[in-house]
Order: sequence, then structure tokens, then C-alpha cells
Amino acid sequence: MSTDTNTIEVLANREYQYGFVTAIEADSVPRGLNEDIIRLISAKKNEPEWMLNWRLKSYRHWAGLQESEAEPKWANIRYGPIDYEKIVYYSAPKPKAKLNSLEEIDPEILATFEKLGIPLTEQKRFAGVAVDAVFDSVSVATTFKEKLAELGIIFCSFSEAVKKHPELVQKYLGSVVPYTDNFFATLNSAVFSDGSFCYVPKGVRCPMELSTYFRINAADTGQFERTLIIAEEGSYVSYLEGCTAPMRDKNQLHAAVVELVALDDAQIKYSTIQNWYPGDKDGKGGIYNFVTKRGKALGRNSKISWTQVETGAAITWKYPGVILQGDNSVGEFYSVALTNNYQQADTGTKMIHIGQNTRSTIVSKGISAGHGQNTYRGLVKINKGARGARNYTQCDSLLIGDKCGAHTFPYIEVKNATARMEHEASTSKVGEDQIFYLKQRALSAEDAVSMIVNGFCKKVFKELPMEFAVEAQKLLSISLEGSVG
Amino acid sequence: MLDIKNLHVQVGDREILKGIDLQVNAGEVHAVMGPNGSGKSTLALVLAGRETYEVISGEVTYDGNNLLEMVPEERACRGVFLAFQYPVEIPGVGNTYFLKAALNAIRKYRGLQELDAMEFLPLVREKMKLLEIDDQLLNRAVNEGFSGGEKKRNEIFQMAVLEPRLAILDETDSGLDIDALKIVAKGVNALRSPQRAIIVVTHYQRLLNYIVPDYVHVLVDGRIVKSGGKELALALEDQGYARVEAEIQSTTTAHF
Repeated sequence: MSTDTNTIEVLANREYQYGFVTAIEADSVPRGLNEDIIRLISAKKNEPEWMLNWRLKSYRHWAGLQESEAEPKWANIRYGPIDYEKIVYYSAPKPKAKLNSLEEIDPEILATFEKLGIPLTEQKRFAGVAVDAVFDSVSVATTFKEKLAELGIIFCSFSEAVKKHPELVQKYLGSVVPYTDNFFATLNSAVFSDGSFCYVPKGVRCPMELSTYFRINAADTGQFERTLIIAEEGSYVSYLEGCTAPMRDKNQLHAAVVELVALDDAQIKYSTIQNWYPGDKDGKGGIYNFVTKRGKALGRNSKISWTQVETGAAITWKYPGVILQGDNSVGEFYSVALTNNYQQADTGTKMIHIGQNTRSTIVSKGISAGHGQNTYRGLVKINKGARGARNYTQCDSLLIGDKCGAHTFPYIEVKNATARMEHEASTSKVGEDQIFYLKQRALSAEDAVSMIVNGFCKKVFKELPMEFAVEAQKLLSISLEGSVG
Repeated sequence: MLDIKNLHVQVGDREILKGIDLQVNAGEVHAVMGPNGSGKSTLALVLAGRETYEVISGEVTYDGNNLLEMVPEERACRGVFLAFQYPVEIPGVGNTYFLKAALNAIRKYRGLQELDAMEFLPLVREKMKLLEIDDQLLNRAVNEGFSGGEKKRNEIFQMAVLEPRLAILDETDSGLDIDALKIVAKGVNALRSPQRAIIVVTHYQRLLNYIVPDYVHVLVDGRIVKSGGKELALALEDQGYARVEAEIQSTTTAHF
């Protein structure tokens, strides 16, 4: 057997370090989904009627889909049937008292986030990052709120936005990802519990990174969060999300929706470090990550940039895209997706060019190790009226060991002859030669693999905010543990 | 420092080294010469710990320890360096970053303080000057898009920075023009010291005009068939390997 495979196995056996469970009393709704459950969730959140109606409309549509085609079947992933009646759609830590400040958060939850490296006390560590922490179905804390409010920036939980800024939520909710978009987005629209909301007013450059940290804790619970970011004319915001979950034998469903809207000359940079529990080395357990993320570059000269590092989850199904509606708007997608053990990822992007002189860039780096299956799926569509559109796509796959797979499905639809399209793709294997070379230079097998993989991902990592680029590199090394010799 | 006794090595079913004996002391430079396919590179790679080669019998001690029991990175940490015949590319990994990681891995193993960027840079600058390495080369990814000559020079540059105790140069001269050859030789000669040993594996005598060896060994078909001083290399250049091979076949007693 090659040493290649040997080391891969050693690395793969490394434990997931965020797999602990927090003992906390939860307020949950009964299993299963029907209109009563939707009403119950909405009531628990004291929602206005328009919100409940939107949920019900979504639920009815979903119930219809459930009976007809159900989940989309086109993705290159395999999993057993999901029993939607067994899922708990809402679970919130039981408040010990009414929350008015961070000091009143359950110390168990504070400790959980500390342990995850996300201190919620504002003075600590990432001084330049404001965090919204979501625990199971609800947001438990948002830091630096007052400081941001001075600039007119709204950064709060989605639930709070529904109550305090209904005009903004009503205007933009579903404007990028309509409730009918796809099976999972529709489900999310019916049951979403919380998430983050961000509004950056005209001409304001958000002075710090905004970040949401998602934590699934309760068993048999689905997490359905929803994020909405609106960048007004000439504004700028950089946003980052991270996520982890306990190790459990059973699969858990995570179906999120993220909508971004950028108006004239506005820029949104959205980064994700996804580290959901990936299941054990035999492929048991892990999060099913079915996510719909889309941005609308609505204004002239607007720009939306997605950067994702996907190392966790048993299954990843996500295609963060950009609708390039404004003239001269720019869409970017930088992705690293790693699948180890029995993880499966079908991920990529959609760039829809509508406005004139719109540009998009796609850089996708897929890494497969163990029995991992990694698929890039991308659509670049140039509409009839989109004169002068340009796209550059680079799509690279790296294989570690001989039991994994890499697949590429690039779709290109061009309806305007002035478009310029470039597509580059490569597949390579981490070679024994490379590993031996690095070992001869005193590096351990693990360090060697991690160095090779990090080099492979460099173009994506440099798009991440500094602090997180370092985290991402570390995370990649850990996720690869056991992978090469 | 290095003691090789009756070393037999095979790849698959094919025996490539058929009983090598070689002793290298600190301060010495040994040249291992031989025709293509004689096993020169195999010897170099076995000493560095390449797993694809299987040692069937024999022993190799390095500073009194069993070298064959050590994993490649331990050998490197203890000062064994191989300048590769075909250095591989590591895309996206900066040369400087890589070299610093290598040096610090070695320092850590030896219980020395790891160097930070500020301490590392002056050291690198000094060695760059010695090997006439361009700044720009340092900022590129390891061997990525390097010409054959640049790759070889980069190997010697790495050697200069890592300062090994036992350096093995595997056909470092192949693919070098005469100017590059002189620069490489300068780098190697600067490393010569009473504490250090160097094994130069080469097909041609040319490099040995610039790196003058203390001993020359002729490897033919997996065996060292002749050893001598630097003049042996010149004789070989003159008469070719065929002559040596013929000589060996006629005198069966020519064993050391």
C-alpha cells in the first residue's frame, strides 16, 4: 500500500474537536411539520401577522413540492431518505431570565462559545469583529451593537429585525431567493427560526468585520437560519460566518438561506468557514448542509464577493451565486471544498449576467481525500441583453489517495455574442514525490500534506479577512489529519 | 560518520544495489560515478529514506545509529540532506515560507529556538548572495515554473541554508551550463568543513573539476567496482566506463 494512503488514514482518524454537547434546558416544539407547528414557531417568536402569513404561504408550497418531486435529485450526492416528520424544527435554550445584556446570557452558552474560540465578551480577542451568536434556533447575543448603531449600521438577529425594522425586512425578504426557489429554500422560508440581519446605510463603510457564529447543539433538531444583508448606495461591508455542531450518530439537517442586496456602488464581501460535524470515519452521522445563498448586485458598479471554505458536513449542497443586474456590476466566487472520509460535496456557483459590462470570477479548489466525493457544479449565464459580459472560471481538483473522487459540471449559457468567457480546469494528485521531497526537508508527513494543500488553496485564502485566513489554514490541516504519507 | 555495509536494495523484483560497502568520514568529499542505470541515484535515495526502495540486507549507520530505521524526516533533522536530481514543484507554497518551515523543523528537533522572519531573513540573504539567487526566485512558489538550472541551484541554496552534516548531491550537474555549474560548485565548496561530509553522485567528471573530491568510487551494476583518489575520475573521463567494466570482468579478484 502506498504511504500516501497510509497517512491519509492516520489523518482522517483525527477527532473533530468541536463535537461536545452543552447540557442546557431547551424549549422545543414537537417533532414534525404542519401548519400548527409553523403557527407555534411564529407565536413563540411573537411575530407580526405578515411574517406568519409568509411562512404559511411557504409551507403550503413546500407541502406541494413534498408530494410531487420532493428534494432535487440532480446533485451528485447520495443519502438515505430524510424523514421530515422526525425533525424538531425549533429548539431554543430556555432563558433563565429575560436577556438585556451579555451578562445575562446563560453561562453555559457563554462557556460554549468560549470553548469554540468565539468569546462573546466584547473586549476579547477579535477586537475588530462584531459577532452575532446563534445557538440552535435562536440568536443568543450580538456584540458591538451600540458602536455600529452610531454609524447607522443595523446588525442584529433576524427576529429582532422583524420586530424593529419590518419595512426593511418586508422590502427585501425573498427578493433574492424567493420562497418558491427550491425545496430546501422553501422549507427554510416556512420554518426559519433566526439568523442575522445587517443593514449598512448610504455611504457608510462598516469599520469592522461582521460575523455570525452558528452552533447546533440539540439532538434531532434542524437548523434553519436566514441571513439578510442590505448594502445601500456606496456602502461596504465584510461579513463572515462560522459553524460547528456536536458529534452525533444521526444526521442532522441544516437548510439555510442567505440573501444579499447591493445597491449602486455598494460592495458586500461574504466569507464562510463551514465546519459542521462531518460524520465519523465510517461516514456515520454528520450534518446535511443544504444551503441556498444568493446575492443580487442590483445597483450600478456594485460588487458581491463570496468566499467559502467548506471542510465540514457529511453532505454539502450549496451554490452561492450572484445576479449581476446593475451595469458594470461584479460577482466573485472563491471556494475551497474539502471532503475526507465519506464526506460528499456538490458545490459551486451561479453567475447570472443581466446588466451591461458585468464581470464575474470563479475560482474553485476541490480537495478529496479518503473516500470523499467532491463535485464542482457551476452555471455562468449571459442573458441576451448583457452586452460586454466577461467571466473567468478556474476550477482545480486535488486528489489525496486513490479512493476519493473529483467531478466537474460546468454549465455555460451564452445568449449575447459580445461575451468573453474563459474556463480553466485541472486535476492533480498529491504526489508521493512531493511528500517525500518535503519530508527530506525535515517536515512531517502531516505538515507536508497540509503545506501542499494550503499552497493549492492559496488563491482562495488570500481573499479571506486576515484573522480568518489563519483559522482556515489550521482548519484545513485538522480536517486532513490522517490523509497522506 | 556514514558506514554502509553490504547493502542490497531492490525495487519490485529487481535488485539494484548488490552489496555496497562505503565509509565516509567527516570532512571528506566522495564522488560516486557510474554509467546510467548503475544504481547511483538509488543509493542517494535509499540514504535519504525513499520508501519505494526496499533494503533486502546490509546495514547503514550514521553517527553510530541505524540510519535505515529512521523515517526520512528524522534523517533530515539529523543532518542528512539530498539535493534531488529532479526537484518537484509545490505550487502555491512560497520558497521562503517553505525554507523557513524546513529550517525551523530541524532547529526544533535539535532543541534550538525557532527563528522568526526577522532572524531568518538575514541568513537567507547571505546565502542568496553566495549562490547568486535572485530576490524574485525567493518569492515564487517552490520550483514552480523554474528552469532546470534554477531548480538545481535552488537545491544547493536550500542546502546552504539548512547546513546539513551529510550532503548528498544527486546529479546536480546535469542540466547546468558552465556558469551555473561554477556557482553551484562555489556553494558546495563553501559548505566544506571538517565537521561535514559530502557525497557527489555524478555521471560526468566535469563537476569534479570544481568540487575536487577526496575519493572517487565507480559504481557499475549495483556494485562499487573501483575506488581511488581524484585522478580516477580523470582516467574515467579519458577511457569511459566501458573500459572499467571490461577490466572488472577480466580480474575477478578486484574486490575491496
